[in-house]
Amino acid sequence: MNQSINRSRTVCKIISNRPLVDQVFEIILACPEIVKKVRPGQFINLYCRHSGRLLPRPISVCEVDLRNGHLHLIYAILGKGTEEFSGYKAGETMEIMGPFGNGFNLDSSDGNYLIIGGGVGTPPMVELCKQLKGKKTIVAGFRDNPYLVDRLKQYGDVYITTDNGSAGFKGHVVEFIEQRGLKGTIYACGPAPMLQGIQAYAKKHGLQAYLSLEERMGCGFGACVGCVTKVVADTDTGWRYKKVCKDGPVFDAGEVLFP
Amino acid sequence: MKLTVTIAGVELKNPIMTASGTFGSGRDFEPYTDLNKIGCVVVKGVASREWAGNPPPRIVETYGGMINAIGLQNPGIDVFCKEDIPFLRQFDTKIGVNISGKTIDEYVEVAERLASEDVDLLELNISCPNVKEGGVAFGVDPFMAALVTGAVKKVARQPLIVKLSPNVTDITTIAKAVEDGGADAVSLINTLIGSRIDIHKQKFILSTRQGGLSGPAIKPVAIRMVYEVANAVNLPVIGMGGIMSGEDAVEFMMAGANAIAVGTANLLDPAATMNILAELETFMRNKQIEDVNDIVGVVNKAAISP
Repeated sequence: MNQSINRSRTVCKIISNRPLVDQVFEIILACPEIVKKVRPGQFINLYCRHSGRLLPRPISVCEVDLRNGHLHLIYAILGKGTEEFSGYKAGETMEIMGPFGNGFNLDSSDGNYLIIGGGVGTPPMVELCKQLKGKKTIVAGFRDNPYLVDRLKQYGDVYITTDNGSAGFKGHVVEFIEQRGLKGTIYACGPAPMLQGIQAYAKKHGLQAYLSLEERMGCGFGACVGCVTKVVADTDTGWRYKKVCKDGPVFDAGEVLFP
Repeated sequence: MKLTVTIAGVELKNPIMTASGTFGSGRDFEPYTDLNKIGCVVVKGVASREWAGNPPPRIVETYGGMINAIGLQNPGIDVFCKEDIPFLRQFDTKIGVNISGKTIDEYVEVAERLASEDVDLLELNISCPNVKEGGVAFGVDPFMAALVTGAVKKVARQPLIVKLSPNVTDITTIAKAVEDGGADAVSLINTLIGSRIDIHKQKFILSTRQGGLSGPAIKPVAIRMVYEVANAVNLPVIGMGGIMSGEDAVEFMMAGANAIAVGTANLLDPAATMNILAELETFMRNKQIEDVNDIVGVVNKAAISP
């Protein structure tokens, strides 16, 4: 399907592909056209070379380097596809498509932000912090080995939590923000239980919160209706499914109905 | 080079159609695809009212394919008529509407509503494996398949395609039943029922446990069934199941399909239909085929004169 590549997928050169910590890699891709379009919180479809692996792996944008036209993506090895990616070498090429999704709302006039990342939900916070104007308190939670801490420190006070206490606060990010009573407009990305905890915290303290959700995706651009999440709606049941890839991945915390 | 084909009296500019549920109503594809180049856009299944669909996870990858359990999430026929028909009418393509229902009355209601609308073809979905009522319950029983076909045909103002399920012992029995029920064409195959288990969590990946397998992994099954059905009924056949390239399209037409539909490939590459058309044209040019209709069912001729 060579011609298709010109029309939809982009073939881009791999600048580097290296591990940040065990099982977590940063890949840097040269794709100036895509870089120009990216907004914080959007994601990119990465396609495998293996012909049996058809579906894209959607990876959120960690950072864009406009000057060099480079896209920084961080992925964890979670299956055969991401394992394949981890073997890619600098100088090789790969196929990508995007950016997709709505991205974070940057229009908040609050000026005081609470940025929360959990595991591989942390990378999109880097570009978000770069583009948000105001005071930022950043909390990033990891199972054991933290990453991206130095990059986040450029933009505000950074607090780390780990499940096993090997770095920073021992426990989950929600426990940490509750203990500290941290306030501000919340931007969060991470596993569903963490986001659910943040939703409850935001509601209790009357905080505006934006949650970036994750779901198993098919196409990534709205066609297959595979990656849905339940949101409050004016229907007989009071809810309807919205597409995470197209209507999200960022949702207002007030509209998300966790299962 | 002649690319036009005729399905139940409706002339398509080329034999490339879209498989319902893989192309929405075309809107998401407009940035990548020239919708004017598609013979017929068959839209995602529409019911008489809004359907919520199944809980996630709804999608999982398999080797050379994927399993979906969307459950026919759709906004209902009123929203469809108001928003999607005017959108698609901006383009020089035929519109095929895939009709979903839980009861015969619901299928009839949608066909009746569409009778006064500017659409070209109806496709009766009696083969979706992802809904409990209706759907495949009609598609695996020849009596019920004929009954729902006849009831919809009575009110339909557009030619009626019936989409067949491969999850049956003998697909020709169902094909003949819907022919007797008044179908104007058949399309096949819908997805094959499949499942995947997460061996770490020791549970099914899809919320519904099972779903519909599609993609290149199912193509050989589809080719065999298209061949069987094309030789069993006197109706135009729309072939689909894992078409990724122009060569795949040719293979389906040689098996007996009068037109073909691109499905899963749309999700992997939103420009798939255009590329498949270009590859089909290249194949015809290289083989000096003047009329695409000349390759339909050629395997039969080959079998007679060895």
